[in-house]
Amino acid sequence: MTTKYLEKNAIIAGVGQSQVGRRLDRSGLQLTVDATKAALADAGLTTADIDGVASWPGNMEAMQPGFSPVSVTDIKEAMGLELNWYSAGSESTQMSAIINACMAVATGQARHVLCFRTMCEASAIAKGSRSSLVGAGRNRIGGSFQWQIPFNAFSATNWVGLAASRYMQEFGMTREQLAQITLTARRNAQLNPKAIFTDPLSLDDYLQARMISTPLCLFDCDIPVDASTAIIISHADTAPDLKSIPVRFEAITGPLKGRDSWDQQIDLTRFNGEPAGTNLWQRTDLTPADVDVAQLYDGFSFLTVLWLEALGFCGRGEAGAFIEGGQRISRDGELPLNTHGGQLSAGRTHGFGFFHEAVLQLRGEAGERQLSQQPKVAAVANGGGNIAGAALLVRD
Amino acid sequence: MSDVNETPVYKRALPGPLPELDELNRFFWVSGEDGTLRFQRCGDCNHWQHPPSVICPKCLGENIAPQAVSGLATVGAVTVNHQAWTPGMTEPYVIAIVELDEQPGLHLTTNIVGIDPDKVVIGQRVKVVFEHVDDVWLPLFVPV
Ligand SMILES: [Zn+2]
Repeated sequence: MTTKYLEKNAIIAGVGQSQVGRRLDRSGLQLTVDATKAALADAGLTTADIDGVASWPGNMEAMQPGFSPVSVTDIKEAMGLELNWYSAGSESTQMSAIINACMAVATGQARHVLCFRTMCEASAIAKGSRSSLVGAGRNRIGGSFQWQIPFNAFSATNWVGLAASRYMQEFGMTREQLAQITLTARRNAQLNPKAIFTDPLSLDDYLQARMISTPLCLFDCDIPVDASTAIIISHADTAPDLKSIPVRFEAITGPLKGRDSWDQQIDLTRFNGEPAGTNLWQRTDLTPADVDVAQLYDGFSFLTVLWLEALGFCGRGEAGAFIEGGQRISRDGELPLNTHGGQLSAGRTHGFGFFHEAVLQLRGEAGERQLSQQPKVAAVANGGGNIAGAALLVRD
Repeated sequence: MSDVNETPVYKRALPGPLPELDELNRFFWVSGEDGTLRFQRCGDCNHWQHPPSVICPKCLGENIAPQAVSGLATVGAVTVNHQAWTPGMTEPYVIAIVELDEQPGLHLTTNIVGIDPDKVVIGQRVKVVFEHVDDVWLPLFVPV
């Protein structure tokens, strides 16, 4: 029995998302209000029902403009919420808001927790501040980034490029194989009216694109956007009161094992997704073969490759062969992947977009892109490098 | 033609931000002043560790001190950066993770210099050189 894992008492009661755009004329707080109102309407709840709020990483506006412009307390004040529990902090996994909310409802700290992730990176870039560039324009850098930035390794593209180079050398994955993550996402995005990039993209287009940091080209990198996504997590007991079809947490985890850095792992092609995968399957009787749809983090295409292995959808070093030709991960394949277009084509909603899409697919509410075979189990993964979280969602 | 100082001068592609020196990291960033690279090592169990800390994570001993390494390493991962992250960047440059000879997993992210960027390969043998800027000696690596 696996009922000792208390996240099984948590459900997703509602999901909502603001407009997703490259430069929206709305503040981060306005976008968060948009997403929250949509999630409340979706769940059939009101602000009076919400007694918890969780986010990650909390307000980072002073350090990294656009990366996380809204505080938990901003939305509490804006919408007049009365909270029994609230939490946000950067020293945790990207999925920590969701994990914390599951724990909060399972332990009775709250009944209905609003989780949100808001980014205004596209607007920040337009104003001349690239939030994903750590330390640029500064004279001195302290903390953990001092080990990368002085060598002009400013961007996660560099750090992921390093791991990808080693992986391709060790396991023989080709750029043609890696391209299938991007090409699959683009095909899926063509069915998503909110996607950012929907123009057809060919393998030749991909191979001819300019390099950012080898072996990663422009199309291996996701798209900074302005967007907010809200997920309401509630105790399973509340399901009868909801307007929505409840989607239940079967398992969720966000471990930190090995070294907490991009470059000190003994094996440079292993990352924290591996212990996340181990933990995930220990918390359930389900197996990878039970997963009907996978929403796996694609901040960079290569991270999705690592997640496919980390969650056991294929063996170690076998992801290149697994995705070759793209059939297995296509809408009609054995493991439909990133069905909204992922962050590569639908924009960097920074993990939450994968939950949003998983819920819509499990409910059968994904519109034109709804999978023809109704999925019952979805895997969601967020993060890369030392930051990794994974979840299994089920429709009972 | 030949100068008094025949040592070639190696530099990063861009004059990027420098590390902020503190009690813990100062020894590392100034180590190159005498041309030697140093890492923290545990006097009790001989474990090399990086980044520097106040304790050995292997034996929890606090008998740790900087110790010289050979400066020899192997390229473990490599990426050629082509994106102009900051104004003025024109040339591609090589970022690598090198593994020091002293211990598996004793890594540094660094730049490989003194070689055509496209020629750096995983498994290549390299040795440390230093770029001196202000109060910092940045460890860069060149082919052996
Ligand atoms: Zn020790």
